[in-house]
Amino acid sequence: MNIDSIQNGYVIDHIHAGLSMEIYRYLKLDKLDCSVAIIKNVKSKNMGKKDIIKIDREIPLDLELLGYIDPGITVNIIRNGERIEKKHLKLPAKVINVMKCKNPRCITQSEQELEQIFFLADREKQAYRCFYCEAKHK
Amino acid sequence: MPRHLLDIRNLSTDEIDELMDRADDIIANPQKYADCMRGKKLATLFYEASTRTRLSFEAAMMELGGNVLGFSAADSSSASKGESVSDTVRTVACYADAIAMRHPKEGAPTAAAQVCPVPIINAGDGGHNHPTQTLADLLTIRREKGRLNQLVVGMCGDLQFGRTVHSLIDAMSRYKSIRFVLISPKELRIPDYLREDMTAEGVTFTEVEKLEDVIGTLDILYMTRVQRERFFNEEDYVRLKDSYILDVAKMQLARQDLCVMHPLPRVNEISKAVDSDPRAAYFKQVAYGKFMREALLMKLLEVEV
Repeated sequence: MNIDSIQNGYVIDHIHAGLSMEIYRYLKLDKLDCSVAIIKNVKSKNMGKKDIIKIDREIPLDLELLGYIDPGITVNIIRNGERIEKKHLKLPAKVINVMKCKNPRCITQSEQELEQIFFLADREKQAYRCFYCEAKHK
Repeated sequence: MPRHLLDIRNLSTDEIDELMDRADDIIANPQKYADCMRGKKLATLFYEASTRTRLSFEAAMMELGGNVLGFSAADSSSASKGESVSDTVRTVACYADAIAMRHPKEGAPTAAAQVCPVPIINAGDGGHNHPTQTLADLLTIRREKGRLNQLVVGMCGDLQFGRTVHSLIDAMSRYKSIRFVLISPKELRIPDYLREDMTAEGVTFTEVEKLEDVIGTLDILYMTRVQRERFFNEEDYVRLKDSYILDVAKMQLARQDLCVMHPLPRVNEISKAVDSDPRAAYFKQVAYGKFMREALLMKLLEVEV
């Protein structure tokens, strides 16, 4: 398989195998007209298998969102064909408008245009709770 | 940004102690405070029925020389036309210096506080929080027991949806040597998040099903009502509503210095015959609630005497 190296953009590496399409959807990569490569099930020493996404354009990248989807991800920033920075992600303290509160008694179920805010309640258990009603996101 | 009270965790232990000291002083010297809120207005926005909490807030404001306005049911406000909570509080903030809000949806006061330029006080949001009830409960315990530490606190009834229970556990956990005994049917145990918090914070608690087995070990017995409005299913409500009833026979198993509390209203979970027992503190609890709300209003509106 031959995938060209990119000039200016990102290599999103160490994605848990199977999560790349979720990231593709969340980042709305289908809307881009540049080269986007999704490489699935790449052999990895540490992970066994991993996914990689390459984006050949500098776009605003929501690192907090990526960290929420998969905190093990590394993001390589590429400029002029060279890696200029490597970012290790972590679970964000707050996630906005990514998931919805499922508690039927929560104000987010009835209040119009209220942001869906979740905060990290337990980093070890990767548990998020609704900012309003504190129900755990499952 | 105004200071809000959405959750008892918004207040430090020092601030809670300071509010109790202030309430004690208001009880001892009511005349000193009779005029301190002159010219100020409190809006009580009650989207859900209430007797004590709303009237307590209104009486508290009036006793401090202030005025009150508001509504006591969602259908007498523009909520019935579909107005959002955010728009309602932004409107009411043009008329009032502070807002006390009760709403059936959990987190409604938090949503309101995002946009509100005046202090919001959570007067109960669904089964979630009820911090001013907790302030009333703490003052009751301190005045009745003379301390807020070294106590065995029994919580009985609906611990799943009982917002007063959740807030009181949060607050009492800050004091030394508190042990909780949580008495409920399996279906109405405390929510998982609260159990996880208590475990993580090293709070001592046990969960049991029979009140008779533990009543003799308690310093405080906090009774709660199984609330019809928290159930989606009438059958579940009917099956569980009479789970725990405190009567004279059970009181005979309790210690002579037990303090029985209840956030009220009660339906039948405490027999009327218990009312005359000197250990019954639930009507004193109502009175203390008003004084704590007076102290809180003074704090949030930064009124000094």
